[in-house]
Amino acid sequence: MSNATTTIESLQPSSAAKFRQRTLPILIFAAVIFAIPMTDPSRTMYSLMHQIGINIVFALSYNMILGKAGLLSFGHAVYFGLGGYFCMHVLGWIEDGVGPFGNYPVFFLPLLGFGGGALAGAVIGWPSCRKAGTTFAMISLGVAELIAAAGFMFDSLFGGEEGISGDRMNGPEMFGLSLGPIDEVYWFIAFWTVVGVIGMFAFTRTPLGKLSEATRDNPQRVQFIGYNPQQVRYLVFIIAGGFAGMAGGMAAVNYEIFTPESLSLIPSGFVLIMAYVGGITYFAGPIMGAILLTYMQSMMSDFTEAWLLYLGLMFVAIVMYAPRGIAGIVFGFVDGIRGGNAGAYFTAWIIRLVGCLLMLLGAIVLIEMSVRWSNGYGEVFEPFGLHLGHTNVLTWILIIVPLVAGGYILRRASREEEEGAA
Amino acid sequence: MTTPALSLKNLSKSFGPAKIINDVTLDIAKGERHAIIGPNGAGKSTLFNLISGLYVPTSGTVSLNGTLISGVPPHEINRMGLSRSFQVSNIFANMTVRENVRCGVLHSLGQGYSFWKNIGTQKDVNAKTFEVMEHCGLLDKANTPAALLPYADQRSLEIAITIAGGADVILLDEPTAGMSHSETDRAVDLIARATEGKTLVIVEHDMGVIFNLADRISVLVYGEIIASAPPSEIRGDPKVREAYLGDEALPEEVV
Amino acid sequence: METIVFALLNGVIYGLLLFMLSSGLTLIFSMMGVLNFAHASFYMLGAYFAFTISGSSSFWIALFIAPVLVGLVGAVVERYGLRKVHANGHVAELLFTFGLAYLIEEVVKIVYGKTSVDYRIPDLLDFPAFTIYGASFPAYRIFMLFVAIGMLVGLWVLLKKTRAGLIIQAALTHPHMVGHLGHNVPLIFMTVFGIGCALAGLAGVIGGNIFVTDPAMAVQMGPIVFVVVVVGGIGSLEGAFLASLLIGLLQNFAVGISASFGEIFGFLGLSTTSELGSITISSLAPMLPFLLLVLMLIFRPRGLMGEQEL
Repeated sequence: MSNATTTIESLQPSSAAKFRQRTLPILIFAAVIFAIPMTDPSRTMYSLMHQIGINIVFALSYNMILGKAGLLSFGHAVYFGLGGYFCMHVLGWIEDGVGPFGNYPVFFLPLLGFGGGALAGAVIGWPSCRKAGTTFAMISLGVAELIAAAGFMFDSLFGGEEGISGDRMNGPEMFGLSLGPIDEVYWFIAFWTVVGVIGMFAFTRTPLGKLSEATRDNPQRVQFIGYNPQQVRYLVFIIAGGFAGMAGGMAAVNYEIFTPESLSLIPSGFVLIMAYVGGITYFAGPIMGAILLTYMQSMMSDFTEAWLLYLGLMFVAIVMYAPRGIAGIVFGFVDGIRGGNAGAYFTAWIIRLVGCLLMLLGAIVLIEMSVRWSNGYGEVFEPFGLHLGHTNVLTWILIIVPLVAGGYILRRASREEEEGAA
Repeated sequence: MTTPALSLKNLSKSFGPAKIINDVTLDIAKGERHAIIGPNGAGKSTLFNLISGLYVPTSGTVSLNGTLISGVPPHEINRMGLSRSFQVSNIFANMTVRENVRCGVLHSLGQGYSFWKNIGTQKDVNAKTFEVMEHCGLLDKANTPAALLPYADQRSLEIAITIAGGADVILLDEPTAGMSHSETDRAVDLIARATEGKTLVIVEHDMGVIFNLADRISVLVYGEIIASAPPSEIRGDPKVREAYLGDEALPEEVV
Repeated sequence: METIVFALLNGVIYGLLLFMLSSGLTLIFSMMGVLNFAHASFYMLGAYFAFTISGSSSFWIALFIAPVLVGLVGAVVERYGLRKVHANGHVAELLFTFGLAYLIEEVVKIVYGKTSVDYRIPDLLDFPAFTIYGASFPAYRIFMLFVAIGMLVGLWVLLKKTRAGLIIQAALTHPHMVGHLGHNVPLIFMTVFGIGCALAGLAGVIGGNIFVTDPAMAVQMGPIVFVVVVVGGIGSLEGAFLASLLIGLLQNFAVGISASFGEIFGFLGLSTTSELGSITISSLAPMLPFLLLVLMLIFRPRGLMGEQEL
């Protein structure tokens, strides 16, 4: 049983462990953010960074409900969009100097976005949060469609197809930032990204944050420790809506325009993919997902037309073979290497990697060849000087051989692992 | 006469045409250790679900310390001082033992749904969590994820969560089911210590456990209470012997 | 007057088309617990397959072959995709079908192009069936009506009169019990998923040429089918049938009403030139299913015929 040396303190993580696991990652994150402007990034690089910052906050807010509370939503962009739209209206009021927010500093606009998103969450969450699981998912989809349709209908609120645009260089300046040049906007985005990350991490450490995990695991038991699971879900939903609205506020200042598209199912689906691909069981997962997918979105869409197909393939592959996402793969690798028998683990890992890369190669050749054939402009996929048309035998060899070989390697690897476990 | 801790009056529950609980009337005094026994399918778990608010009675009432609680949602009944465990382990599988117990103590310490406090620095929460874990012999497993616990420890954790909130009335649903002899002995010891001075209602199949723990025993057969008396009288009751014939023999002697 | 008759006919036909989709979704959902997000994607596949087949042979061959092909695709998806994800729970399954919907749309874009294809009504049925009050009603819509009724009868016979139907019915109400009867549950699941997808494919074959066959048709139809399932009550085929007709009629009647809020609520002082007042009922038609969904959730959470509350 208990021995004399066990105390309350000894059961809790030591302050060194706390520093290593909690403070240090955030410090590194902040340091990286501070170091980036020193590399003198290009304009494109800056706008990519800004989008990554916005998406980090957005994806983390999504994971508050999916990963921590077990609620799968197909309409999270509604809160992002409504928070953002509210900020666009405030931008207009600041420009005209009218209304209660006529003299509000633009720098703190994301706070208002938080309020707008949380308010939307409070209204919409009420009928939605009764049940979790599939029911919640369906309701979120219906509500999202309704709001998106309304977005195209009420022009004075949403600006119709063209949306609402504004000007961020008005109102009182904060910290000497006029927010005109792109490198000043960077500090604005960086500040709110850090605030969002710290805020949402802190939330996981609060009683409500822990109760939300408890409700995800076992809503029935939550009732018998004196809490109402519906209320837990509802409160978490409101706060997640708030952080999504905060990301919307960041986007409002960054892009100075919002269109009804931002409320639709497309951004809602994208945030789901970002969070899930990153890994919903880890706090850092959605951050990784946001960085990777935002980068892919802006870089790969220049490189290939079929980038959405690659995105879909990646998502399905993660759902089927790596449900803990990229963070799961990364942390699993680190643990595996640290654990005993690192050499064997590393070898097994490399074999899998080779299998995946081979299958990826086959898929890329197939997709790129098909895309060009489908366009019908007579273009041909020509990597490394090869001429891979759909009538070329080499093309089909390059498709079938890697796919079959990669599939065989992966199959064998997973079979060996099963035998090893048994 | 003082108000009983728990009072069931003409309680009935039907699922469609099937009458599972039929006109049960039972008073359990404060501080009493009351066991409910009966053959499989007698309605013992249904009775617990009625008392704890999971089911709403078809007719009849349940009162806790004189307050009517039938129809009140489970979380509110829990806040009024009634806590229960489950027959199958019903814990928060993805959390550690410490986090499980901590969730159990939160409400009783007035933490509510707060999202502005750091849970790790709440001194009273940590002290109470420690105390409950110590009480239930779970200290050495405090940081083990609940899903990875051995079965007997999961049952202890189930009890730990149940008593963590400091409720006065504790309902335990087959706490020793599936345990070995030595594990059962330890569990009985734990239950006796953990419910000291409290009202205990326990459903159990292990007669040794019952005769060790209970002040009074009610026998539930086909949704009706056919006898309710101290253990010594129950053993001699011919009706009880008849109901149990071929099911489980009553022990001749208390171990 | 002809507006009412036409709205009634079109509403019933559209409603039956919706039921073709929602019946499959309900069957799959009640038995497997899987909300197939990609269900409308199979509807889209049906339309595209029919386009290809009718291009090389005839519409009548496509009418039979295309749904079978879609059903086979569905069975393969269940066998090699869903079954693997099953162990990770229903949310993982839902996410899988979400990703699948994405994939199908992108593949369709590559194979058939990003714009709509010229999938036409067969010449044989391209004539007005009858004319009332000076307006004619196309024969093809009458044909749709017959196909839909045929499917309805077929489904009814399958469920009520065959042994397989009895097992499916048993599985609907007691999903865990069927395995104990010694039936091969994975095989039943695969069959039901295939049949559900084939029904969606059939809807695509007969619906694709009267609406538009383009890569966006799945995204447009999908959410409406979900609304039907929720409004009808989860797990209830009868409910899905009622809700399909209700939504079909609602949308078709709304499209025919050109009155604006300002004209209707003018007595409350709402001007037809104000923003709210200038919205017409017909422009609200696409929103109505979702509005119905929200109202249903607030006032009758178990749906029209559902056994349990959501």
